Amino acid sequence: MAAGCRFVAGYPITPSTEVVERISKRFPVMGGTFIQMEDELASMAAVVGAAWTGTKVMTVTSGPGFSLMMENIGLGAMMETPCVVVNVQRGGPSTGLPTMVGQADMMQARWGSHGDYRLIAIAPQSPQEAFDLTIDAFNLSETYRVPVMFMMDECVGHMTEKVVIPPADEIEIVPRVLTDKKPGEYLPYATNGWPVPENVRAGDGYRFHTTGLTHDEKGYPVMSAEVQEINVNRIIDKITDNADKIIRIEEEQIDDAEVVVVAYGITARVARMGIDLARAKGVKVGFMRLVVVWPFPEARIAELAERVKGFVVPEINLGQMVLEVERCAAGKATTTLVGHAGGGVHDPQTICDAIVEAAR
Amino acid sequence: MRYWRTPLDFDQVTVPHGEVVVIADRCKGCAFCVEYCPKGVLALSESFNAKGYHPPEVVVEGECVNCNLCEMICPDFAIFCVPAGDAEAAKAVVDTAAEEDAAAGEEDLN
Amino acid sequence: MSTPARTKSMDEHPIAPYLRMDRIPHIWCPTCGIGTVVKCFASALEEADLDLDKVSIVSGIGCTGRSAGYMNLDAFHSTHGRAIPFATGLKLARPELEVVVFSGDGDLSGIGGNHFIHAARRNMDLLVILVNNFIYGMTGGQNAPTTPVTAKSSTMPFGNFERPFNLPHLAASCGASFVSRWTSLHIRRLTKCMRMAMRRKGFRFIEVIAPCSTLYARLNRLGSGLELMRFYHDNATIKHNIDTREVDIGYQDTIVCGNFVDEERPTFLEAKDDHYQTIMGDRYVPMSPEGGWLHE
Repeated sequence: MAAGCRFVAGYPITPSTEVVERISKRFPVMGGTFIQMEDELASMAAVVGAAWTGTKVMTVTSGPGFSLMMENIGLGAMMETPCVVVNVQRGGPSTGLPTMVGQADMMQARWGSHGDYRLIAIAPQSPQEAFDLTIDAFNLSETYRVPVMFMMDECVGHMTEKVVIPPADEIEIVPRVLTDKKPGEYLPYATNGWPVPENVRAGDGYRFHTTGLTHDEKGYPVMSAEVQEINVNRIIDKITDNADKIIRIEEEQIDDAEVVVVAYGITARVARMGIDLARAKGVKVGFMRLVVVWPFPEARIAELAERVKGFVVPEINLGQMVLEVERCAAGKATTTLVGHAGGGVHDPQTICDAIVEAAR
Repeated sequence: MRYWRTPLDFDQVTVPHGEVVVIADRCKGCAFCVEYCPKGVLALSESFNAKGYHPPEVVVEGECVNCNLCEMICPDFAIFCVPAGDAEAAKAVVDTAAEEDAAAGEEDLN
Repeated sequence: MSTPARTKSMDEHPIAPYLRMDRIPHIWCPTCGIGTVVKCFASALEEADLDLDKVSIVSGIGCTGRSAGYMNLDAFHSTHGRAIPFATGLKLARPELEVVVFSGDGDLSGIGGNHFIHAARRNMDLLVILVNNFIYGMTGGQNAPTTPVTAKSSTMPFGNFERPFNLPHLAASCGASFVSRWTSLHIRRLTKCMRMAMRRKGFRFIEVIAPCSTLYARLNRLGSGLELMRFYHDNATIKHNIDTREVDIGYQDTIVCGNFVDEERPTFLEAKDDHYQTIMGDRYVPMSPEGGWLHE
C-alpha cells in the first residue's frame, strides 16, 4: 500500500490469507479496491486487466494458487504488465502442507509459465524486508514492465517482529510514468532504444490494442518467426541486459572464505547459525544471501568458484537454487545441497556439517 | 410493394432512393446481401474479385430504397448504400478503399 | 472525444471510424456471422453516443475472440476464458470505463464458465456479448458446451450426447440484470438491443446465434452460413420476457429470441459503495472514477 498499490484481486489460501484480510480492511479508507475473485485464475486475470488502467496491482497466493496463476503471469509477461505476485511458499507439491514452510517454488517462479520469458523474483528474510522489499518489487515491476514474484515463505509470513515503517516522504517510489506521445503517434510496443515501451492507460483515448499473441510494435498479432524473434528476445533482453542493476545479494565474511553458503528467505537466518558453528570450528566460511533470486547472480558465483573450494546451498526443497549454483560454478568448486522436504527449517548443525565436509 | 389497403397518406410519402456501393475486393461472396435485400436488387456477379470471390452487383436498377440492410448484414464491411445523388462521391472513395485494403492485406500476415 | 458523426459521402464504409481499417479484411470465413455482429456492435456504439475513449473491449481466444483486434477502441486480447475477470479488473480499477466483453460460446461458457457465473452473480457492470456458433471454431470444430444434442463436431464425430447450456437461463439464474438473445440475422433488433444495453448498468448479457460455415455447418452437412441464416429466418421466434427456462436450443430446432430479463439491480460497485457508506460513513474513500493511477 505504501508503494501505491490500489488494486488487489486475490483468493484466500493459507498461509497468505492474512495479507488480503488486512488489505480488505484498509483499502476502503484509502480509495483502493480489493475483490476476492472466484479463483486464482480469475485473480491473476483481473490483476493484469487492472494494471492497464495505470493502477499498481498485486495479488497474493501460495503454491497451489501459484500454479493456477501461471497462465496469466505468462500473459503479464507477454503484454509487459507491471504487477506483483506474492507467493507465501508452503510445503508442496499439490495441497502439501498448507500451514508449514517450504521453499520449493523457486524454479517455478522462473519457469512456471510456458514459453520463453524472464521475470524478477525476490526473497525476503524478515517482516522488515517484507515491507521494504515489497516496495522494491513494485519499483522494479514499474521500471521493467514485468511481473515480479515476491517469494516469501510461511515462516517469514507468520513471523512477528518489529517493523520500522519510514515516513512516506522517505520512501522512494517509482511511479507509473505515462507516455507523453499523442494518440496516433504512440505505438504500444515501440521502445526507441529503451528497455521497455512507454505506458498508457485504458480510457485515455489511445485506442491501443494489446494481446497475448506474438505481436508487433502496434500490438497487433503477427504470426511469423521474424516477429517472434523480435518480440520474445525483447522481453528477455530487458531483464538480462539490465541484470546487473537488478541483481541484489548480501555477502558476509566472504573475503577469506574457502566455503560459501548460498541461501535465501528464512533459510538465510538459519544458515547464519550454521556458519557461526562452522566458524567456531575454524572453517573459513562465507555467506551469500540471495535477495533478488531471479535474475540469478551468475557472474558472482562464477567468480567465487575460481577461488573457493565449495558452495553449500541449504534450502527448504530437494534441490532448486542449488542447480543454478552448480551450473554457474561450472565444476570449478563443489556444490553441496542441504535439502529439506519442507515442513520445518533446517537444524543449523546439518548446515555446519555440510560446510565442514565441503571445506575438506 | 403490395398493400392490403391503401394508406391514407399514400400520396404524401416519398419513397427514398439509394445507390449501392460495393467495395468489391473486400467481399467474400457470402450472398447475405443478395438473399436479404428487400427489393431484390442484388445478385452475385459473374466476375471475380482479387481473392476469387464473386462480389454482388446491382441487377435491378432504380429500386434501391437506401434501407441499409445490406450494409448492416454484410459481415465483411464490403457494401453500403448512399442516398441517390451521393453516389459520385462514394464511388471515388471505393477505389481508395480497395487500394488501402490491398496494402493492408500484404502487411497483415494473418 | 467521440468519433464525429458519419457522413455517407466521406471515407469508406460508414462504419470505418469504429474499426481498425488497417486490419481489414478480417480473418473470418465467408458466410461467418461474426462480422455481422461486429457491424451491429459498431452501429450500436454510434447510436448510443458513448465517449468512445472510455469504452474498452476485451475478448478471449477463439474466432469471436479476434473481434477486439478489429475495433477502434482500447482493445485487449486476453487469455482463453479469462476475458470476464480481465474486464472486471479493468472496470474496478477505473470505474468510469465502459467495459465490453466480446467473446465466443466456448471461451465464455466453457473454460470461462466459472468467471461468467460469478460476474453475473455479482452483477458486475460489464456488457457481455457472447457469439454462439455452437462449436469451437478457431481450433477446428470441437464440441462446445452449447453444441446441441446429436450435432456432430470433431471431438464428437458420432454426434453430441451431452446436454448443452441454456445460456440465457444460466445468466438470468446467476443474477444478470439484462439478458437477451438474438441471431445475427436480426440485425436491427440486435443493434437496438445492444444500444439499450449500453445505456444500462450491471451484468448485461446478449447471446447472438451466428453461423459457423467452415465447421459447424460443414461437419453437420448443413450447407454454408447462408443456409444457416435461412434456417434462422424460418425458425427463430421472438418471445420477449419469456421464462428463460424455456429457451433451450435443440439441434436444428426453434430458436427463441427476445429480451428476456431487464431489471434494475445494484451493480457490484454500487452495492460496495452503499455498504461501506453505511458502515463507515465519511471514513469510506471509494476509488475515484478515474481509477487507481496515482500521479506523483
